[in-house]
Amino acid sequence: MEALIDLLQQNALMPRAEMAKLLDLNVDELNKTIAQLESDGVILGYQAIINREKWETDKVTAVIEVKITPERDGGFDRIASRIAKFEEVQSCYLVSGGYDLLIIVEAANLRQAAAFVAEKLSTIDAVQATATHFRLKTYKENGAFHLMESATERLAVSP
Amino acid sequence: MSIRIAEHVRDIPRSGIRDFFEVVQSMGDVISLGIGEPDFATPWHIREAAIYALERGRTGYTSNLGLPRLRRSISDYVQRHFALRYDSHTEILVSVGVSEALDLALRALLNPGDEVIYHEPCYVSYAPSIVLSRGVAKAVQTRGEDGFSLRAEDVEKAITPRSRVLMMNFPTNPTGATMEPDELEKIAAVCVKHDLVVLTDEIYSEVLFDGGTHTSIATMPSMRERTVFLHGLSKAFAMTGWRIGFACAPADLIEAMMKIHQYAILCAPIMGQDAAIEALDRGENSVEKMRREYELRRNFITSSLNEMGLACRKPHGSFYVFPDIKSSGLTSREFSLRLLHEKKVAVVPGTAFGPAGEGHVRCSFATAMEQIKIAMERMSEFCAELRA
Repeated sequence: MEALIDLLQQNALMPRAEMAKLLDLNVDELNKTIAQLESDGVILGYQAIINREKWETDKVTAVIEVKITPERDGGFDRIASRIAKFEEVQSCYLVSGGYDLLIIVEAANLRQAAAFVAEKLSTIDAVQATATHFRLKTYKENGAFHLMESATERLAVSP
Repeated sequence: MSIRIAEHVRDIPRSGIRDFFEVVQSMGDVISLGIGEPDFATPWHIREAAIYALERGRTGYTSNLGLPRLRRSISDYVQRHFALRYDSHTEILVSVGVSEALDLALRALLNPGDEVIYHEPCYVSYAPSIVLSRGVAKAVQTRGEDGFSLRAEDVEKAITPRSRVLMMNFPTNPTGATMEPDELEKIAAVCVKHDLVVLTDEIYSEVLFDGGTHTSIATMPSMRERTVFLHGLSKAFAMTGWRIGFACAPADLIEAMMKIHQYAILCAPIMGQDAAIEALDRGENSVEKMRREYELRRNFITSSLNEMGLACRKPHGSFYVFPDIKSSGLTSREFSLRLLHEKKVAVVPGTAFGPAGEGHVRCSFATAMEQIKIAMERMSEFCAELRA
Protein backbone atom coordinates (compact mmCIF):
# COMPACT_ATOMS: atom_id res chain seq x y z
CA MET A 1 0.00 0.00 0.00
CA GLU A 2 2.82 2.38 0.87
CA ALA A 3 4.48 1.72 -2.48
CA LEU A 4 1.20 2.47 -4.26
CA ILE A 5 0.76 5.75 -2.40
CA ASP A 6 4.36 6.67 -3.25
CA LEU A 7 3.77 6.01 -6.93
CA LEU A 8 0.55 8.03 -6.99
CA GLN A 9 2.27 10.90 -5.23
CA GLN A 10 5.14 10.83 -7.71
CA ASN A 11 2.98 10.53 -10.79
CA ALA A 12 -0.75 9.95 -10.51
CA LEU A 13 -0.98 9.95 -14.30
CA MET A 14 1.15 6.81 -14.69
CA PRO A 15 -0.83 4.31 -16.77
CA ARG A 16 -2.50 1.78 -14.51
CA ALA A 17 -1.06 -1.15 -16.48
CA GLU A 18 2.45 0.11 -15.79
CA MET A 19 1.68 0.79 -12.16
CA ALA A 20 0.30 -2.73 -11.78
CA LYS A 21 3.46 -4.18 -13.26
CA LEU A 22 5.65 -2.21 -10.89
CA LEU A 23 3.64 -3.35 -7.90
CA ASP A 24 3.32 -6.92 -9.10
CA LEU A 25 -0.49 -6.73 -9.09
CA ASN A 26 -3.02 -7.17 -11.86
CA VAL A 27 -4.79 -4.10 -13.17
CA ASP A 28 -8.18 -5.04 -11.70
CA GLU A 29 -6.74 -5.44 -8.21
CA LEU A 30 -4.95 -2.14 -8.55
CA ASN A 31 -8.03 -0.27 -9.77
CA LYS A 32 -10.05 -1.71 -6.93
CA THR A 33 -7.45 -0.65 -4.36
CA ILE A 34 -7.26 2.88 -5.72
CA ALA A 35 -11.06 3.18 -5.86
CA GLN A 36 -11.17 2.08 -2.22
CA LEU A 37 -8.56 4.67 -1.21
CA GLU A 38 -10.61 7.32 -2.99
CA SER A 39 -13.89 6.36 -1.41
CA ASP A 40 -12.26 6.11 2.03
CA GLY A 41 -11.03 9.67 1.58
CA VAL A 42 -7.37 8.65 1.84
CA ILE A 43 -6.85 10.06 -1.63
CA LEU A 44 -8.49 13.49 -1.75
CA GLY A 45 -7.64 14.38 -5.32
CA TYR A 46 -4.97 14.65 -8.02
CA GLN A 47 -3.24 17.89 -9.01
CA ALA A 48 -0.56 19.15 -11.35
CA ILE A 49 2.58 20.71 -9.88
CA ILE A 50 3.13 23.99 -11.71
CA ASN A 51 6.49 25.65 -12.06
CA ARG A 52 5.61 29.26 -11.30
CA GLU A 53 8.94 30.41 -12.64
CA LYS A 54 7.81 29.28 -16.06
CA TRP A 55 4.09 29.93 -15.87
CA GLU A 56 4.06 33.54 -14.87
CA THR A 57 0.78 35.07 -13.82
CA ASP A 58 -0.02 37.95 -11.52
CA LYS A 59 -1.00 35.43 -8.90
CA VAL A 60 0.70 35.83 -5.58
CA THR A 61 1.23 33.29 -2.87
CA ALA A 62 1.64 34.21 0.76
CA VAL A 63 2.40 32.22 3.85
CA ILE A 64 0.53 33.74 6.78
CA GLU A 65 1.15 33.09 10.44
CA VAL A 66 -2.04 33.52 12.42
CA LYS A 67 -2.33 33.81 16.17
CA ILE A 68 -5.80 32.98 17.45
CA THR A 69 -7.65 32.72 20.73
CA PRO A 70 -8.92 29.18 21.16
CA GLU A 71 -12.52 28.66 22.21
CA ARG A 72 -13.78 27.01 25.37
CA ASP A 73 -15.52 24.28 23.35
CA GLY A 74 -13.66 22.94 20.35
CA GLY A 75 -10.29 24.67 20.77
CA PHE A 76 -8.89 25.76 17.43
CA ASP A 77 -11.05 23.59 15.21
CA ARG A 78 -14.04 25.80 14.55
CA ILE A 79 -12.03 28.93 13.87
CA ALA A 80 -9.49 27.05 11.78
CA SER A 81 -12.17 25.55 9.57
CA ARG A 82 -13.82 28.94 9.26
CA ILE A 83 -10.56 30.36 7.92
CA ALA A 84 -9.91 27.34 5.73
CA LYS A 85 -13.22 27.80 3.94
CA PHE A 86 -12.09 31.01 2.21
CA GLU A 87 -11.28 30.15 -1.36
CA GLU A 88 -8.02 32.12 -1.18
CA VAL A 89 -6.75 29.66 1.43
CA GLN A 90 -4.96 26.76 -0.27
CA SER A 91 -3.70 25.04 2.88
CA CYS A 92 -4.27 25.55 6.56
CA TYR A 93 -2.32 23.86 9.35
CA LEU A 94 -2.40 24.01 13.12
CA VAL A 95 1.22 24.26 14.21
CA SER A 96 3.22 24.35 17.40
CA GLY A 97 5.39 27.35 18.27
CA GLY A 98 4.96 31.09 18.40
CA TYR A 99 1.69 31.17 16.45
CA ASP A 100 -1.20 28.78 15.93
CA LEU A 101 -2.24 28.52 12.30
CA LEU A 102 -0.03 28.49 9.25
CA ILE A 103 -2.05 29.23 6.16
CA ILE A 104 -1.03 29.40 2.53
CA VAL A 105 -3.01 31.90 0.54
CA GLU A 106 -3.17 32.35 -3.19
CA ALA A 107 -4.69 35.50 -4.63
CA ALA A 108 -5.06 36.99 -8.10
CA ASN A 109 -2.70 39.85 -7.28
CA LEU A 110 -0.99 41.63 -4.43
CA ARG A 111 -3.92 43.97 -3.81
CA GLN A 112 -6.36 41.13 -3.38
CA ALA A 113 -4.02 39.25 -1.09
CA ALA A 114 -3.67 42.31 1.07
CA ALA A 115 -7.43 42.81 1.04
CA PHE A 116 -7.97 39.23 2.16
CA VAL A 117 -5.70 39.73 5.16
CA ALA A 118 -7.00 43.15 6.11
CA GLU A 119 -10.71 42.61 5.50
CA LYS A 120 -11.37 38.94 6.03
CA LEU A 121 -8.71 37.36 8.17
CA SER A 122 -7.80 40.12 10.64
CA THR A 123 -11.39 41.06 11.27
CA ILE A 124 -12.31 37.67 12.69
CA ASP A 125 -12.79 38.12 16.44
CA ALA A 126 -10.59 35.22 17.49
CA VAL A 127 -7.66 36.35 15.33
CA GLN A 128 -5.20 38.20 17.53
CA ALA A 129 -2.41 38.85 15.05
CA THR A 130 -1.13 37.92 11.59
CA ALA A 131 2.24 38.03 9.84
CA THR A 132 2.20 37.77 6.06
CA HIS A 133 5.18 36.52 4.00
CA PHE A 134 4.95 36.76 0.23
CA ARG A 135 6.63 34.14 -1.89
CA LEU A 136 9.45 35.50 -4.00
CA LYS A 137 10.88 32.40 -5.66
CA THR A 138 10.28 28.66 -5.55
CA TYR A 139 13.10 26.17 -5.24
CA LYS A 140 11.15 23.02 -4.44
CA GLU A 141 7.47 22.25 -4.50
CA ASN A 142 5.66 19.09 -3.40
CA GLY A 143 8.89 17.16 -3.52
CA ALA A 144 9.70 18.35 -7.05
CA PHE A 145 12.75 20.53 -7.63
CA HIS A 146 12.44 23.51 -9.90
CA LEU A 147 16.17 23.72 -10.35
CA MET A 148 17.12 20.22 -11.36
CA GLU A 149 20.50 18.69 -10.78
CA SER A 150 22.18 17.81 -14.02
CA ALA A 151 22.22 14.11 -14.76
CA THR A 152 25.62 12.73 -13.99
CA GLU A 153 27.61 11.05 -16.68
CA ARG A 154 27.84 7.35 -16.16
CA LEU A 155 29.90 4.95 -18.21
CA ALA A 156 27.73 3.33 -20.88
CA VAL A 157 28.65 -0.17 -19.71
CA SER A 158 30.37 -0.97 -16.46
CA PRO A 159 31.01 -4.14 -14.48
CA MET B 1 61.69 -1.41 -28.92
CA SER B 2 58.70 -3.19 -27.52
CA ILE B 3 58.46 -3.31 -23.76
CA ARG B 4 58.10 -6.75 -22.30
CA ILE B 5 55.03 -7.14 -20.12
CA ALA B 6 55.15 -9.59 -17.22
CA GLU B 7 53.76 -12.91 -18.38
CA HIS B 8 51.07 -13.33 -15.77
CA VAL B 9 49.73 -9.87 -16.65
CA ARG B 10 50.08 -10.34 -20.40
CA ASP B 11 48.14 -13.59 -20.25
CA ILE B 12 45.09 -12.10 -18.58
CA PRO B 13 42.46 -11.74 -21.30
CA ARG B 14 40.87 -8.36 -21.94
CA SER B 15 37.67 -7.84 -20.03
CA GLY B 16 34.58 -8.89 -22.00
CA ILE B 17 32.83 -5.86 -20.60
CA ARG B 18 35.50 -3.53 -21.86
CA ASP B 19 35.19 -4.94 -25.40
CA PHE B 20 31.51 -4.38 -25.29
CA PHE B 21 31.86 -0.93 -23.78
CA GLU B 22 33.93 0.17 -26.75
CA VAL B 23 31.26 -0.93 -29.22
CA VAL B 24 28.60 0.92 -27.23
CA GLN B 25 30.79 4.03 -26.99
CA SER B 26 31.10 4.17 -30.77
CA MET B 27 27.30 4.38 -31.19
CA GLY B 28 25.00 7.21 -30.24
CA ASP B 29 21.54 7.15 -28.69
CA VAL B 30 21.93 3.82 -26.92
CA ILE B 31 19.79 2.92 -23.93
CA SER B 32 22.04 1.07 -21.58
CA LEU B 33 20.99 -1.67 -19.23
CA GLY B 34 24.67 -2.49 -18.96
CA ILE B 35 25.57 -0.24 -16.08
CA GLY B 36 26.70 -1.75 -12.80
CA GLU B 37 26.12 1.29 -10.63
CA PRO B 38 23.08 3.06 -9.18
CA ASP B 39 21.49 5.75 -11.33
CA PHE B 40 20.86 7.79 -8.18
CA ALA B 41 23.25 10.50 -7.16
CA THR B 42 24.58 10.02 -3.62
CA PRO B 43 21.84 11.10 -1.17
CA TRP B 44 22.07 14.81 -0.46
CA HIS B 45 22.70 14.57 3.28
CA ILE B 46 25.81 12.50 2.56
CA ARG B 47 27.11 14.90 -0.07
CA GLU B 48 26.36 17.78 2.25
CA ALA B 49 28.35 16.21 5.05
CA ALA B 50 31.31 15.82 2.69
CA ILE B 51 31.04 19.47 1.63
CA TYR B 52 30.99 20.51 5.28
CA ALA B 53 34.10 18.45 5.96
CA LEU B 54 35.86 20.05 2.98
CA GLU B 55 34.88 23.51 4.18
CA ARG B 56 36.61 22.76 7.44
CA GLY B 57 39.74 21.90 5.52
CA ARG B 58 39.72 18.14 6.04
CA THR B 59 41.96 17.28 3.14
CA GLY B 60 44.91 15.35 4.54
CA TYR B 61 46.00 11.73 4.81
CA THR B 62 44.24 9.55 7.34
CA SER B 63 45.52 6.66 9.40
CA ASN B 64 46.41 3.73 7.15
CA LEU B 65 43.51 1.72 8.49
CA GLY B 66 41.13 4.63 7.90
CA LEU B 67 39.69 7.34 10.15
CA PRO B 68 39.15 5.92 13.66
CA ARG B 69 35.73 7.59 13.71
CA LEU B 70 34.77 5.82 10.46
CA ARG B 71 36.02 2.47 11.75
CA ARG B 72 33.77 2.88 14.77
CA SER B 73 30.83 3.64 12.48
CA ILE B 74 31.67 0.55 10.43
CA SER B 75 31.90 -1.57 13.55
CA ASP B 76 28.46 -0.37 14.72
CA TYR B 77 26.92 -0.77 11.28
CA VAL B 78 28.23 -4.28 10.80
CA GLN B 79 26.96 -5.26 14.23
CA ARG B 80 23.52 -3.76 13.56
CA HIS B 81 23.05 -5.25 10.11
CA PHE B 82 25.01 -8.47 10.12
CA ALA B 83 25.20 -9.37 13.81
CA LEU B 84 29.00 -9.41 13.53
CA ARG B 85 31.36 -7.84 16.05
CA TYR B 86 34.70 -6.44 14.96
CA ASP B 87 37.11 -4.34 17.00
CA SER B 88 37.41 -0.95 15.33
CA HIS B 89 41.09 -0.61 16.36
CA THR B 90 42.48 -3.85 14.99
CA GLU B 91 39.94 -5.73 12.89
CA ILE B 92 38.71 -3.19 10.32
CA LEU B 93 40.52 -1.69 7.32
CA VAL B 94 39.05 1.02 5.10
CA SER B 95 39.95 0.43 1.46
CA VAL B 96 39.50 2.06 -1.93
CA GLY B 97 36.35 0.14 -2.79
CA VAL B 98 35.75 -3.55 -2.12
CA SER B 99 37.94 -4.36 -5.12
CA GLU B 100 41.04 -3.12 -3.33
CA ALA B 101 40.14 -4.97 -0.13
CA LEU B 102 39.69 -8.16 -2.12
CA ASP B 103 43.05 -7.69 -3.77
CA LEU B 104 44.72 -7.02 -0.41
CA ALA B 105 43.21 -10.14 1.12
CA LEU B 106 44.32 -12.33 -1.78
CA ARG B 107 47.84 -10.90 -1.77
CA ALA B 108 48.09 -11.32 1.99
CA LEU B 109 46.90 -14.93 1.90
CA LEU B 110 48.30 -16.60 -1.20
CA ASN B 111 51.61 -18.22 -1.90
CA PRO B 112 52.30 -18.85 -5.61
CA GLY B 113 50.24 -21.80 -6.78
CA ASP B 114 47.68 -21.68 -3.99
CA GLU B 115 44.19 -22.31 -5.28
CA VAL B 116 41.20 -20.04 -4.87
CA ILE B 117 37.73 -21.42 -5.43
CA TYR B 118 35.08 -18.99 -6.63
CA HIS B 119 31.66 -19.31 -8.22
CA GLU B 120 30.82 -18.37 -11.80
CA PRO B 121 29.08 -16.40 -13.27
CA CYS B 122 30.67 -13.76 -11.11
CA TYR B 123 31.99 -10.24 -10.97
CA VAL B 124 34.59 -9.68 -13.67
CA SER B 125 37.55 -8.95 -11.42
CA TYR B 126 37.60 -12.16 -9.39
CA ALA B 127 39.64 -14.45 -11.62
CA PRO B 128 42.15 -11.73 -12.69
CA SER B 129 42.66 -10.66 -9.06
CA ILE B 130 43.52 -14.22 -8.12
CA VAL B 131 45.97 -14.52 -10.99
CA LEU B 132 47.58 -11.15 -10.16
CA SER B 133 48.15 -12.48 -6.64
CA ARG B 134 49.94 -15.47 -8.17
CA GLY B 135 47.11 -17.76 -7.18
CA VAL B 136 45.31 -20.35 -9.29
CA ALA B 137 41.67 -19.54 -10.05
CA LYS B 138 39.32 -22.52 -9.71
CA ALA B 139 35.81 -21.73 -10.90
CA VAL B 140 32.79 -23.63 -9.64
CA GLN B 141 29.83 -23.30 -11.98
CA THR B 142 26.48 -22.34 -10.51
CA ARG B 143 23.33 -23.28 -12.37
CA GLY B 144 20.22 -21.53 -13.60
CA GLU B 145 17.98 -24.19 -12.08
CA ASP B 146 19.41 -23.40 -8.62
CA GLY B 147 18.85 -19.71 -9.20
CA PHE B 148 22.66 -19.54 -9.46
CA SER B 149 23.06 -20.24 -5.74
CA LEU B 150 26.18 -22.11 -4.71
CA ARG B 151 25.98 -25.76 -3.66
CA ALA B 152 28.22 -26.97 -0.85
CA GLU B 153 28.81 -30.26 -2.69
CA ASP B 154 30.18 -28.39 -5.73
CA VAL B 155 32.58 -26.47 -3.51
CA GLU B 156 33.75 -29.70 -1.90
CA LYS B 157 34.35 -31.34 -5.30
CA ALA B 158 36.64 -28.47 -6.32
CA ILE B 159 38.88 -28.82 -3.26
CA THR B 160 42.45 -30.09 -3.71
CA PRO B 161 45.41 -30.12 -1.29
CA ARG B 162 46.38 -26.68 -2.70
CA SER B 163 42.97 -25.09 -1.97
CA ARG B 164 43.37 -22.16 0.34
CA VAL B 165 40.55 -19.67 -0.18
CA LEU B 166 36.86 -19.64 -1.13
CA MET B 167 35.57 -16.39 -2.64
CA MET B 168 31.87 -15.67 -2.49
CA ASN B 169 29.56 -12.86 -3.56
CA PHE B 170 25.89 -13.05 -2.54
CA PRO B 171 23.67 -11.36 -3.65
CA THR B 172 25.62 -11.91 -6.85
CA ASN B 173 26.55 -9.58 -9.64
CA PRO B 174 25.50 -10.55 -12.40
CA THR B 175 22.87 -13.15 -11.52
CA GLY B 176 21.10 -11.62 -8.51
CA ALA B 177 21.49 -14.99 -6.75
CA THR B 178 21.09 -15.16 -2.98
CA MET B 179 21.87 -17.96 -0.50
CA GLU B 180 19.58 -19.80 1.88
CA PRO B 181 21.05 -19.98 5.41
CA ASP B 182 20.99 -23.81 5.51
CA GLU B 183 23.10 -24.14 2.36
CA LEU B 184 25.40 -21.43 3.67
CA GLU B 185 25.84 -23.47 6.82
CA LYS B 186 26.83 -26.51 4.76
CA ILE B 187 29.38 -24.44 2.84
CA ALA B 188 30.72 -23.15 6.15
CA ALA B 189 31.15 -26.72 7.35
CA VAL B 190 33.09 -27.59 4.19
CA CYS B 191 35.37 -24.60 4.76
CA VAL B 192 36.04 -25.61 8.35
CA LYS B 193 36.67 -29.20 7.37
CA HIS B 194 39.18 -28.28 4.66
CA ASP B 195 40.63 -25.28 6.44
CA LEU B 196 39.66 -22.71 3.81
CA VAL B 197 39.66 -18.96 4.36
CA VAL B 198 36.50 -17.33 3.03
CA LEU B 199 36.45 -13.94 1.30
CA THR B 200 32.84 -12.88 1.26
CA ASP B 201 31.93 -9.83 -0.81
CA GLU B 202 28.55 -8.72 0.51
CA ILE B 203 28.33 -5.41 -1.33
CA TYR B 204 24.68 -5.94 -2.39
CA SER B 205 23.43 -7.17 0.97
CA GLU B 206 21.15 -4.16 1.59
CA VAL B 207 19.55 -4.42 -1.85
CA LEU B 208 17.13 -7.24 -0.96
CA PHE B 209 13.53 -7.74 -2.03
CA ASP B 210 10.35 -9.50 -0.95
CA GLY B 211 11.06 -8.74 2.69
CA GLY B 212 14.13 -11.01 2.59
CA THR B 213 16.91 -10.82 5.16
CA HIS B 214 20.61 -11.32 4.60
CA THR B 215 22.81 -13.81 6.43
CA SER B 216 26.56 -13.52 6.31
CA ILE B 217 28.60 -16.70 6.23
CA ALA B 218 30.82 -15.05 8.86
CA THR B 219 28.04 -15.65 11.41
CA MET B 220 28.13 -19.44 10.93
CA PRO B 221 29.84 -21.60 13.56
CA SER B 222 33.66 -21.37 13.56
CA MET B 223 33.59 -18.99 10.61
CA ARG B 224 34.43 -15.60 12.07
CA GLU B 225 38.06 -16.59 12.60
CA ARG B 226 38.45 -17.73 8.97
CA THR B 227 36.38 -15.11 7.16
CA VAL B 228 37.22 -11.79 5.57
CA PHE B 229 33.95 -9.87 5.50
CA LEU B 230 34.01 -7.35 2.64
CA HIS B 231 31.55 -4.59 2.19
CA GLY B 232 31.40 -1.04 0.88
CA LEU B 233 29.31 2.03 0.32
CA SER B 234 29.10 1.96 -3.47
CA LYS B 235 25.89 0.12 -4.14
CA ALA B 236 23.48 0.54 -1.23
CA PHE B 237 24.38 4.18 -0.65
CA ALA B 238 24.88 5.05 -4.33
CA MET B 239 28.48 6.09 -3.66
CA THR B 240 30.44 4.37 -6.43
CA GLY B 241 32.67 7.34 -7.25
CA TRP B 242 33.70 7.92 -3.63
CA ARG B 243 35.59 4.63 -3.68
CA ILE B 244 35.08 3.50 -0.10
CA GLY B 245 35.01 -0.14 0.91
CA PHE B 246 36.12 -2.01 3.98
CA ALA B 247 37.37 -5.35 5.19
CA CYS B 248 36.61 -6.91 8.59
CA ALA B 249 38.75 -9.85 9.63
CA PRO B 250 40.87 -11.23 12.47
CA ALA B 251 43.55 -8.76 13.57
CA ASP B 252 46.62 -10.60 12.24
CA LEU B 253 45.14 -10.77 8.74
CA ILE B 254 44.07 -7.10 8.84
CA GLU B 255 47.64 -6.29 9.92
CA ALA B 256 49.03 -8.17 6.90
CA MET B 257 46.56 -6.50 4.54
CA MET B 258 47.44 -3.13 6.03
CA LYS B 259 51.10 -3.70 5.22
CA ILE B 260 50.25 -3.93 1.50
CA HIS B 261 47.68 -1.15 1.66
CA GLN B 262 50.05 1.31 3.35
CA TYR B 263 52.77 0.89 0.75
CA ALA B 264 50.49 0.74 -2.28
CA ILE B 265 47.71 3.18 -1.43
CA LEU B 266 48.55 4.78 1.94
CA CYS B 267 44.90 5.46 2.73
CA ALA B 268 41.48 5.86 1.15
CA PRO B 269 40.64 9.48 0.31
CA ILE B 270 39.53 11.42 3.37
CA MET B 271 36.60 13.05 1.53
CA GLY B 272 35.10 9.66 0.87
CA GLN B 273 35.76 8.56 4.42
CA ASP B 274 34.02 11.62 5.87
CA ALA B 275 31.04 11.01 3.59
CA ALA B 276 30.99 7.35 4.60
CA ILE B 277 30.61 8.25 8.29
CA GLU B 278 27.45 10.21 7.53
CA ALA B 279 26.17 7.42 5.27
CA LEU B 280 26.65 4.62 7.78
CA ASP B 281 25.39 6.60 10.78
CA ARG B 282 22.38 8.28 9.20
CA GLY B 283 21.82 6.85 5.74
CA GLU B 284 19.35 4.09 6.39
CA ASN B 285 16.28 5.98 5.19
CA SER B 286 17.99 6.87 1.95
CA VAL B 287 19.02 3.26 1.42
CA GLU B 288 15.48 2.08 2.06
CA LYS B 289 14.04 4.61 -0.38
CA MET B 290 16.35 3.45 -3.16
CA ARG B 291 15.74 -0.19 -2.29
CA ARG B 292 12.02 0.28 -2.70
CA GLU B 293 12.51 1.93 -6.05
CA TYR B 294 14.70 -0.97 -7.19
CA GLU B 295 12.04 -3.44 -6.10
CA LEU B 296 9.40 -1.75 -8.28
CA ARG B 297 11.74 -1.76 -11.24
CA ARG B 298 12.62 -5.39 -10.64
CA ASN B 299 8.94 -6.32 -10.77
CA PHE B 300 8.53 -4.39 -13.99
CA ILE B 301 11.61 -5.69 -15.79
CA THR B 302 11.03 -9.31 -14.76
CA SER B 303 7.44 -9.42 -16.01
CA SER B 304 8.39 -7.57 -19.19
CA LEU B 305 11.16 -10.06 -19.99
CA ASN B 306 8.94 -13.06 -19.30
CA GLU B 307 6.18 -11.56 -21.44
CA MET B 308 8.54 -11.27 -24.40
CA GLY B 309 9.49 -14.92 -24.06
CA LEU B 310 12.83 -14.60 -22.22
CA ALA B 311 12.58 -16.79 -19.12
CA CYS B 312 13.64 -14.65 -16.21
CA ARG B 313 13.75 -15.55 -12.54
CA LYS B 314 12.81 -12.82 -10.13
CA PRO B 315 16.02 -12.12 -8.20
CA HIS B 316 15.75 -11.59 -4.44
CA GLY B 317 18.69 -9.21 -4.33
CA SER B 318 21.08 -6.91 -6.27
CA PHE B 319 19.95 -4.72 -9.14
CA TYR B 320 20.45 -7.22 -11.93
CA VAL B 321 18.28 -9.69 -13.75
CA PHE B 322 19.91 -12.48 -15.71
CA PRO B 323 17.31 -13.68 -18.23
CA ASP B 324 17.74 -16.92 -20.18
CA ILE B 325 17.96 -15.97 -23.87
CA LYS B 326 18.39 -19.49 -25.29
CA SER B 327 14.88 -19.35 -26.81
CA SER B 328 16.25 -16.74 -29.24
CA GLY B 329 18.53 -19.35 -30.78
CA LEU B 330 21.46 -16.94 -30.39
CA THR B 331 24.52 -17.04 -28.19
CA SER B 332 24.81 -14.42 -25.46
CA ARG B 333 27.28 -12.42 -27.45
CA GLU B 334 25.28 -12.58 -30.71
CA PHE B 335 22.12 -11.63 -28.84
CA SER B 336 23.78 -8.65 -27.17
CA LEU B 337 25.49 -7.40 -30.33
CA ARG B 338 22.40 -7.73 -32.49
CA LEU B 339 20.21 -6.10 -29.88
CA LEU B 340 22.69 -3.26 -29.72
CA HIS B 341 22.96 -2.76 -33.46
CA GLU B 342 19.32 -3.37 -34.34
CA LYS B 343 17.57 -1.76 -31.38
CA LYS B 344 20.25 0.32 -29.67
CA VAL B 345 19.80 -1.34 -26.31
CA ALA B 346 22.92 -2.39 -24.43
CA VAL B 347 22.88 -5.47 -22.20
CA VAL B 348 25.97 -7.40 -21.15
CA PRO B 349 26.54 -10.93 -22.54
CA GLY B 350 26.46 -13.46 -19.72
CA THR B 351 29.81 -14.84 -20.89
CA ALA B 352 31.52 -11.63 -19.76
CA PHE B 353 31.06 -13.11 -16.26
CA GLY B 354 32.45 -16.54 -17.07
CA PRO B 355 31.53 -19.39 -19.41
CA ALA B 356 28.61 -20.44 -17.18
CA GLY B 357 26.91 -17.21 -18.21
CA GLU B 358 26.36 -18.52 -21.76
CA GLY B 359 22.68 -18.45 -22.68
CA HIS B 360 22.06 -15.43 -20.47
CA VAL B 361 22.47 -11.67 -20.58
CA ARG B 362 22.73 -9.27 -17.67
CA CYS B 363 20.24 -6.41 -17.55
CA SER B 364 20.76 -3.83 -14.85
CA PHE B 365 17.71 -2.09 -13.44
CA ALA B 366 19.81 0.60 -11.83
CA THR B 367 18.49 2.75 -14.64
CA ALA B 368 15.66 5.29 -14.63
CA MET B 369 12.18 3.79 -15.17
CA GLU B 370 11.68 5.84 -18.34
CA GLN B 371 14.76 4.23 -19.86
CA ILE B 372 13.80 0.76 -18.70
CA LYS B 373 10.38 1.13 -20.31
CA ILE B 374 11.81 2.10 -23.68
CA ALA B 375 14.44 -0.64 -23.45
CA MET B 376 11.77 -3.25 -22.74
CA GLU B 377 9.68 -2.10 -25.70
CA ARG B 378 12.67 -2.31 -28.00
CA MET B 379 13.74 -5.71 -26.65
CA SER B 380 10.23 -7.01 -27.09
CA GLU B 381 10.24 -5.91 -30.74
CA PHE B 382 13.64 -7.54 -31.16
CA CYS B 383 12.41 -10.87 -29.77
CA ALA B 384 9.27 -10.75 -31.93
CA GLU B 385 11.38 -10.11 -35.04
CA LEU B 386 13.67 -13.03 -34.17
CA ARG B 387 10.69 -15.36 -33.96
CA ALA B 388 9.14 -14.07 -37.23
